[in-house]
Amino acid sequence: MDTLQGILAEMGSWAIPVAIVGIVGIGAIRKVKVYEVFVEGAKEGFDVGVRIIPYLVAILVAIGMFRASGALDFLVAALDPLLSWVGYPGEALPMALIRPLSGSGALGVMTELINTHGPDSFIGRLASVMMGSTETTFYVLAVYLGSVAVRRSRHTLAACLIADAAGLIAAFIVVKVVWG
Amino acid sequence: MNAVWVGLIVIAILVAAFTGHMEETTNAAMDSAGAAVELAIGLIGVMALWLGLMKIAEKAGLVQALARLLRPLLRRIFPEVPKDHPAMGSMLANIAANMLGLGNSATALGLRAMQDLQNLNKEKASASNSMATFLAINTSSVTIIPATVIAIRASANSNSPAEIIGPVIVATLVSTTVGIFASRLLQRFVPAQGVDVATTDDQPSDNPRPQADTCTTNTGMSDSSNPRPQADTGTSDTGTSDQDSSSAGRSTGKKNGEGR
Repeated sequence: MDTLQGILAEMGSWAIPVAIVGIVGIGAIRKVKVYEVFVEGAKEGFDVGVRIIPYLVAILVAIGMFRASGALDFLVAALDPLLSWVGYPGEALPMALIRPLSGSGALGVMTELINTHGPDSFIGRLASVMMGSTETTFYVLAVYLGSVAVRRSRHTLAACLIADAAGLIAAFIVVKVVWG
Repeated sequence: MNAVWVGLIVIAILVAAFTGHMEETTNAAMDSAGAAVELAIGLIGVMALWLGLMKIAEKAGLVQALARLLRPLLRRIFPEVPKDHPAMGSMLANIAANMLGLGNSATALGLRAMQDLQNLNKEKASASNSMATFLAINTSSVTIIPATVIAIRASANSNSPAEIIGPVIVATLVSTTVGIFASRLLQRFVPAQGVDVATTDDQPSDNPRPQADTCTTNTGMSDSSNPRPQADTGTSDTGTSDQDSSSAGRSTGKKNGEGR
């Protein structure tokens, strides 16, 4: 496992340099005016960054307020009896609920769970797998749809939340099967 | 998204009132607003870098080559996207970056993919089917190296910090697959043009096509107002006299001209 981890970490640190050299190199070989074309493309970076600001402010403010008000604790309390019935540890529930809302929040919850219960405990492993296998859905939707000024998201949110739920349930089952 | 947003805010205020967290909630709102701008500004540099590189890759034919590589699979998942369209390549680039856990670079490439998908989108204000599927894949996280998680586990003295990689990949595969199927299934219940239903039953067959189109755009523009009354006027116009319908036709032409 350690060698695998090493290889994967190495792949991660090589990916960007290789991509940059590869793209620019092949571009130059194929007679693309790389410098001019790069600048032309890079110009859009600023526009996109500025365009997503209102969407980001809207969603992050709402999520920030929701977390700070303590509404999440109520949700946890409400769902706890249902989940403990299937053997899902109540301590890991905030993790599942906060994950689609806030990446840094979920990271905080995960770190806390790992430190209190130990990284190799059932809860520690469950939190780790849930963190790794899901995304901050609301943030991604706000930024991605906002960048192209799409206002009606149609079924996007529902599909993404169903995927999140499936990921969280799968994480629980896999951890249960692998480490009991 | 509207309902979710209102829901989050209203619930937050109500709960804050009950629990006495009003002060914290206010601070959170202000802090988050500031953090959102910092986040967006922070993205600009990486954004510019990747958009520049993607432009080179596109001109050199690399984006298209990437798309060709996985074409059989992609055509099933995104049937609305033409097979050689740059959107295929940029979506793949984003997914690859996500797999490697490249954070902001993945976001930059993903936003580029959204632009490509928006070029194909007929209803610019609504998400297209392809966008929904792409986002479902994206938010289900296709990570194969959860680097941050491994680092935190290592610092907490885990016996095997990386042991979670296998389970993470399995859980991710499940959520991605479910996400794709969910979006392909749900799209049938949410038509891209939300006004289709209102305009189909009230147009007699002798009506010329363009008029039907204007009705659609009319109701489409006044999004919040009830589409029904407008559709009804359309029917009575054509029903009562020819003059009315011809004047409606003239206004149709004007509307179209303004639109384009």
